[in-house]
Formats: sequence, structure tokens, C-alpha cells
Amino acid sequence: MPEVKVLSKRYDVPDAHTLEGYTRTDGWKALKRALNQDPAALRDVVKDSGLRGRGGAGFPTGLKWSFVPQDTGKPVYLVINADEGEPGTFKDRELMERDPFQLIEGILCSAYALNSPRSFIFLRGEYLWSGIRIEEALAEAYAAGYVGDDVMGSGFSHHITLHYGSGAYICGEETALLEALEGRRGQPRLRPPFPAVAGLYACPTVINNVESIAAAGHIIEHGANWWKQWGPERSPGTKLFCVSGEVKRPGNYEYPMGTPARQIIEEACGGMLDGRELKFWAPGGSSTPLLTDEHYDIPMDFDSIAAAGSLMGTGAMMMYSNKTSVIEATLNWIRFYEHESCGKCTPCREGNFWVGQILERILAGRGRPEDIATLDELADNIFGRSFCALADGATSSVKSGIKYFRDEYEYVIANGRLPDHIEPHAGVITDNAQTDRPPMHAGVGHV
Amino acid sequence: MFSPELRAKAEQIVDRFPVKRSALLPLLHLVQHQDGFVSADGVAECAELLDLTKAEVAAVSTFYTMYKREEMGEHLVSVCTNFSCAVRGGQATFDRLKDHLGVGHDETTEDGKFTLEHAECLGNCEGAPVVTVDYLNYEWVDPDQAVELVEAVRAGNPPQPTRGMLPPGIRAASHRLAGIGPIDPDGPGQRLGLATKEDGAVPQPEAGIGSGQVGVIAFAPTAAPAPESSTDVPDEVPPPEQDAGEITEPAEPAEDGDADVGAPADTDPQADPKAQPVADDADQEGEE
Repeated sequence: MPEVKVLSKRYDVPDAHTLEGYTRTDGWKALKRALNQDPAALRDVVKDSGLRGRGGAGFPTGLKWSFVPQDTGKPVYLVINADEGEPGTFKDRELMERDPFQLIEGILCSAYALNSPRSFIFLRGEYLWSGIRIEEALAEAYAAGYVGDDVMGSGFSHHITLHYGSGAYICGEETALLEALEGRRGQPRLRPPFPAVAGLYACPTVINNVESIAAAGHIIEHGANWWKQWGPERSPGTKLFCVSGEVKRPGNYEYPMGTPARQIIEEACGGMLDGRELKFWAPGGSSTPLLTDEHYDIPMDFDSIAAAGSLMGTGAMMMYSNKTSVIEATLNWIRFYEHESCGKCTPCREGNFWVGQILERILAGRGRPEDIATLDELADNIFGRSFCALADGATSSVKSGIKYFRDEYEYVIANGRLPDHIEPHAGVITDNAQTDRPPMHAGVGHV
Repeated sequence: MFSPELRAKAEQIVDRFPVKRSALLPLLHLVQHQDGFVSADGVAECAELLDLTKAEVAAVSTFYTMYKREEMGEHLVSVCTNFSCAVRGGQATFDRLKDHLGVGHDETTEDGKFTLEHAECLGNCEGAPVVTVDYLNYEWVDPDQAVELVEAVRAGNPPQPTRGMLPPGIRAASHRLAGIGPIDPDGPGQRLGLATKEDGAVPQPEAGIGSGQVGVIAFAPTAAPAPESSTDVPDEVPPPEQDAGEITEPAEPAEDGDADVGAPADTDPQADPKAQPVADDADQEGEE
């Protein structure tokens, strides 16, 4: 099936970020529909749709909603996870920049379904432009009566607050996000209690990714069966795939779940850069185990990717060629996890540091034959031994890199340098000329 | 200390949240708006506004990368060096800017114009390599263009970013990051007072957080509902009656155990005893 535009349907509308542009392009239909229904029925629709969370874990959104107790006398909070920090991931940024009202409408529909009076959009601080777009959209939506007290005269009230984070990848982990939102260091919480029961301010809380909430709005508008027309039974719907690396046209492309990776890369991205062949790729960001050209035809959905030994993650496809070293990539990512580890758990805080040291020594030409086994063992001792998934993700490229490219490790350790066909990664820039520039969308801002 | 005008804004930020400690991250951005970094004065004032100790505030401010411990220059220039940028020249761009500006990571030029940093993934990988000025994104910036970019910014004539508005200076950007819209009160953006602490307020006295107990979330004994939902999923268990919740910040010292000390590329592993067990002979040659 070719590219299909549901979440990205307004990406080509130049004024979609304004209330006028959004309303003109069929905006607010989902909200009007939602407000005329019973909240519990809406929760069932989302549950029936089989929507799985788009933030990386793929947990069914409707099921998450069903855990929220509705009778505690406490408010139910809705928290939007817009702390998009996974390397290679930029789907939420573009959605918020180009179509912020879509997110707001999704929030309102979801909040109504959850009987929630208040939501917080936790946005990573570096996404200033996304934030400004949301601020402006919120101001217009408040003024027009879509947000605030008595939404569209329905008697339902909901307030949305945009909250900027301050530069910490770990805050994408939902309980660390809650800590940050409560004004603390972003370190994950022990579970249970789960956020659905005791989350923000110890009240029942739903935390969903931007793309999940936007999709929920569409599902509430069109119904569960409409969503299930795309994708395999257990991963229904469409997905924003954000492709980066050595392809001709990196960018966000929306395809049905289950579309083969090759089709997305060849059809939408124009294939790999000329003179480069696919060597390794991460299907869902740097936390997902690497795959190789052998896996180029796998369907991009949760279960098919898991069967191939990796994870769907955020759908951030990072494509790298035969001219790029998997060891350099792994070191780069390990440095990222080392920097972003919150320091709470020893295996993650210390282990990533050690892995980085060994990789650096190998690349500096002083590798030892036993290094590969040491790396493997270190990764095993990090994986599954920390509070949150950051540590697990950090080991992905180490383990899978050794699994598929042991010969590269052995070559570099034996010869003290990269194989001749690999370029040091600082040198690739000459091929950038092959890449089409994406359409710009500048705006006028006030500061 | 905040100017009277900023003090009023700070109080309104505090008033926005059902539990006032939630205002801490925005307030620290507001401190950076005024001082260009998280100053000792600013920490003290945040503590006073939120009924926290200075140690609690400092523990938070040192956790997050965007809070700086030294005064930033007029503009913050961030170069993404994560792999999808690096593979297209991000590291080369950063190295050139380092040479051109004569500063390293997290350092400020002598004239106070720029603070340079290499950043982790800035979430704009389709435009690799990405450089942001005051968190506004310029895409496809090769080393030569990076030099042109900073010189144009220095001359007060920055080019239009690929996304967004012209870089306003990091202090103005920090005003926005405090979540209170533009400095110009008539400009577009998030307004103070749109939502207040009354919207979705936590019923007292069940709100353990922010109620004066330092660092301890006290779940009320009755906060263990959801019997029906727990049958759906085996691992979704209601909290035990006396679960102490999470003990997060027992007033730890500001510099201790901080996750983001030292950025990878500029860290000398030899300087850190943690490196010794495996990296006994690593000497980082050719790093800089």
C-alpha cells in the first residue's frame, strides 16, 4: 500500500497551524463527535481500535486508559509525552510544528473520554519552535472556546498547560517525566504503583505519546474499524516513520503499519545515497537492536520487527551504508546513553561508561582479542538490571553490532584501524548534495 | 534576585500548578532569562517561592543539560553530533566552529557573543547536520556554512532558520521556555492565567507532594483503588497500603552524583577513577 496521510494530512497545508486553517480542513469534527457520546463508550472505541502506543513500547493505548480508576474522588490527569529525545526520532516535532491543533483536538477527545479536567504537554525544551506553535494554537483555541471552561458549550471543562522540559532524554520515560513535571530530578520511579493509579501528584494519570493522542482523536472521529483497515491485526493503523541517515530524502513519511522497510526507503526516500549500499539500520531509534540488509524486506510493525530480533520503537529508521562503521555508530550512541543516564542505577551509570571506554580503545587501535567477549558480557550485565528501559536500549547496538558484524570488530582489533572501504564518519558530507531539501516552513515570531 | 516585574511573573507561574513545586523547571528557565545561567541568587529565590531548600533546588538544576552553571553568551549555538548528524558531517561542523570561535564545548567566547556546545540528538535528523541558535534550527549546515551562520548572527543579521523565527538571544528564548509566552505581552503565545492551580486541583489533604514534606511522596492509605482494572492485567497491582512511594530528593549536595557531568567528547577518561577497571591504558589520543 502506498503512503497514506492520516496524521500527516495537513502537512502540506501552509496555514494548518492557524485556527482558521485547521477549521477549514475538517478540524474539530472529532471533538464535536466525542462530546455527544458517553466517555466510557469512547474509551471502548479506542480499546477496540487496537491502537498501540507510538512512544516506543507499543502498549495498547485503550488498555492503558482502562486501568484508570474513575471513582477515587481525585482528578484524572492526562500527560502528553512530547519529550522526544530518542536519537533518530523527529515525528512528534514535525506534527506539533505543522499541525498543533491536531494534537490539541486529540487531547480534548482523550481528556473527555477519561473525564480529565487538566492536561500537561511535557515538551522537550530544545523544541522551542514546536512549543511556540503549540502556545499560539492554545491561545487561539482558548479564545474560541475549544479549551477551558465549558468546552464548546458542552459543560465539559478541560485546561491544557504546555510545560517545557530542560534537556534530559530520561524524561521520555513516563515516571521520570512525572518527576520532572513535579519539579524534581528526572529519575524513574519504582512501580507499582503505576501512574494509572498514582501518577502525577499521586493522582490517576494517563501518559501518552503525541502521536498516540493525535491518532486517538482520529479514531474517536472515524471509529475502530476505520483504523483497523490499515496494518496487521495486532498492529493496526498508520504510523509516522521518520527516516534519517544515508538515504536520499530523509524525512517523515506516513505508511500503514506492516509496510516493508524496503518500500518506505525506496519509494519515499529515493533509496540509499548513490554509491552506498545498506549495511545496518535501526528500525526504531538507537535503542532498538540493529538489523542488516538481510532484514530489508521485513514488515514494519511491532510483531514482525520483534520476530526479526529488534523492536518497533518510535519508528525512527536510521539507515547506514557500507561506508559507515558500526563500531563508530555504537560508540556514538553509547556516549549518548552515558550522558543521558540519570545515574540512579549502577549498571547503567557505570556500565555504559565502561563500554564506551572499550569501544574508544578499539577504535584508537589498541583493541584486544578479549574485548569482544568483554563487551558482550558487559551488555548482558547492563540489560535488565536497571529501573527503566534506558539501560536496555543502550545495550542494543552493542549486542546486535557484535552479532552481525563480529568480523568488523575482529578486523579493527587485529589491524588497529577501520577497513579501507569505511570512511571516518566526519567525511560523508560531500554526498549531502544528493539530498533534496525538505520544504521550509518559516514563521514570524515574537519574543 | 528577580526584578519586580519578573517576580510578579514568577508568582503567577507558581500559581498555575495544582502543586506549586511543579513550577520549578519553568522558574529555573526564568532565572536563566534574567541571569543567563542558574545563579546562586536564583536558586535561593526559587527555593523561597516554592518552600524548598536551596539544596533541593540545586539538585534539580544540576540534573538538566539546559540549565547552565556559568553565564551563557548572548546566543547559544548547539551542534548536533549524534550519529545521524555525525554521519553527514555534524562532528566536522562542530570542530570547525570550535576552531573558529576559539572555544570548546560549553564555553563562551571572550566577547560574550556565543556559547558553543555539542548537543545530543536535537530531533531534526532529516536536516542533518543540524545547528541550532537559541534553540532555533538551521538544517544542512556544513562547516563553511556554520562559520557564515555565526558571523551573520554576530553581525546582527542572522539568516532565517529552516524552522521558526530568527534567533532572539538565549535570554529571550529562556523567557519563552519558562512557559509564559513572549516578553512583549501583546505578542502571540501562552498567557499566564489560562489555567490556574484550581483547574484539576488535587484534593487536600491528599496531596502529599508540595505539602511541606521534604522529598517524600506520602500516598494516602486510601489511595489503593482500581480493584476491577487490576484483574485485566497481572502486573498492574494496586499499591500496597503503606507504600512509601518514592523517596527522591533527600536534600543531596548540588555537585554530587550528577548525571550530566562532563560531555562525552571532552571527558578525559584518565581523570575519572571509574574508568580504571577496563580502560587502564586508554589515553584519548587524537580526541581534540
